[in-house]
Amino acid sequence: MAMTERTALTDQSEGMSYLNSLPRRVMTVYLPLAVFVFVLLFPFYWMAITAVKPNAELTDYKNFSPFWVVQPTLDHIKYLLFETSYPGWLWNTMVVAVGATFTSLFTAVLAAYAIERLRFKGSRWVGLGIFLAYLVPPSILFIPLALMVFKLGLYDTKFALILTYPTFLVPFCTWLLMGYFRSIPYELEECALVDGASRIQILVKILLPLSVPGLISAGIFAFTLSWNEFIYALTFIQSSENKTVPVGVLTELVRSDIYEWGSLMAGALIGSLPVVILYSFFVDYYVASMTGAVKE
Amino acid sequence: MTDATAARLRPASRPSLWDRIGQGRNALGLIFMLPAAVFLLLFLTYPLGLGVWLGFTDTRIGRAGVFIGLENYEMLLTDHVFLLSVFNTILYTVVASILKFALGLWLALILNEHLPFKAFFRAIVLLPWVVPTVLSAIAFWWIYDAQFSIISWALIKLGWIDAPINFLGDSTNARASVIAANVWRGIPFVAISLLAGLQTIPPSLNEAATLDGATSWQRFRHITLPMLSPIIAVVMTFSVLFTFTDFQLIYVLTRGGPLNATHLMATLSFQRAIPGGQLGEGAAIAVAMIPFLLGAILFSYFGLQRRKWQQGGAD
Repeated sequence: MAMTERTALTDQSEGMSYLNSLPRRVMTVYLPLAVFVFVLLFPFYWMAITAVKPNAELTDYKNFSPFWVVQPTLDHIKYLLFETSYPGWLWNTMVVAVGATFTSLFTAVLAAYAIERLRFKGSRWVGLGIFLAYLVPPSILFIPLALMVFKLGLYDTKFALILTYPTFLVPFCTWLLMGYFRSIPYELEECALVDGASRIQILVKILLPLSVPGLISAGIFAFTLSWNEFIYALTFIQSSENKTVPVGVLTELVRSDIYEWGSLMAGALIGSLPVVILYSFFVDYYVASMTGAVKE
Repeated sequence: MTDATAARLRPASRPSLWDRIGQGRNALGLIFMLPAAVFLLLFLTYPLGLGVWLGFTDTRIGRAGVFIGLENYEMLLTDHVFLLSVFNTILYTVVASILKFALGLWLALILNEHLPFKAFFRAIVLLPWVVPTVLSAIAFWWIYDAQFSIISWALIKLGWIDAPINFLGDSTNARASVIAANVWRGIPFVAISLLAGLQTIPPSLNEAATLDGATSWQRFRHITLPMLSPIIAVVMTFSVLFTFTDFQLIYVLTRGGPLNATHLMATLSFQRAIPGGQLGEGAAIAVAMIPFLLGAILFSYFGLQRRKWQQGGAD
């Protein structure tokens, strides 16, 4: 555990002394790392291998090794894509996630700019309020929100989700963008102000182009959060054609008598792919947004 | 409305000085805050208040309720399922948070080593956090299958056990299983956040301590931990918050069973309110989470902050 601090030393000065302790390094670093990686990734492997296993192999552990597949099949995926509403759920999730993300980004850019740069009266308190809003969990809000959604006539529509997801996205994005705006030199704006630019021109032409990385971070994170959201989607959506992937997979693919593990795992895997692909392209932005939100 | 037009007109007509210094800034700030304010007041603050109000009524689905004072809470205090769910929630939060912190810190320390393919490892380690919880929970459901669990199979092959483990059918096993799944998902968040903190610790501090003869444990205890404690405070506050209000994992894996042994307050609140139709009672359970939540946040935040201050003072 305490080996870590040597990083800096191995890097710079006394690399030689660590040649001696290679076995020790294997025991304290590589072995635990291997165990961690194995445990953290095994469920994904298990998902993938189950998704392509024919039903005969799936539960027959005597004749087939469960860790491998002898005759891979695409039946489960075919079933999922052509005989269930799964493609529709994917589409719904995409629409809701994109809609909620852009709404939140737009709202958050304006709010963060106002709090961080316009410094209107009471902006400190508003900033604190935004942070506190971030701490309100959806599990407390879903009951009153369900009532509101019902009264507004939005029950069982995608709008219910697009309008409610910003409740946890806006505070997060605003908080992240506030930190990002703070890192951009104020002098740039002063120059523009002196040259007669309006506040909106400054925001659109100077601040936003400079904060593209921050916007990507916030956007990726917001998209992932809306893609993964469950409790609102479970509560506000009833009909199969409006469900999102997490809700659809859980409520429609699971039937009480027989579990179709193959198609369930295929559904879980394909439902995870969009966020994983997005994440793999923007790992650094994602990490930046996660740690950025924590560090502030 | 006049404010909005004023703001839009400003670039056209030369901005006057008083406009820019004084009320212009406040007015424009107000306009810029408007969308966020609408969302947060309408869909966050108002429902929060409405939730508290609902907790004092006997509202049901499809029927407006009347004010009944503290009746919901009085009833909950004698409801052993609710009391069990409070106990479960606290157990779940405490055990899962401690495990997540210990394992996450360990992983962060490993990843902070000089490793080949470090960026790659960092990227794949975060995967459990990125993937939708419900979908990974479904994978765990299959891993925990009573008959065909891969863990049981592997342990039987190794000769450690004789019969498949009944992961989700037995109270103790079910609790341990959902905690394990929660920890699995939470480790990456803790690890990657702490790693970001570790990377900000200047190597010179460790070098100096090594020269002075500090052991690796001493360096960890007196350099790494104090330097890390502000970020630990924030990370653990978030972790406790997410764990305490967890809903998805339990809903997928056990729905609160067996015998309510894994019912958390969030899942109980959902069960009573939405399928059960008792909105008032469900809201009361949700509201009952707030004091615990505040307590947990204050404890993890100030508890760790003070330690940082003490350590800073001692230095």
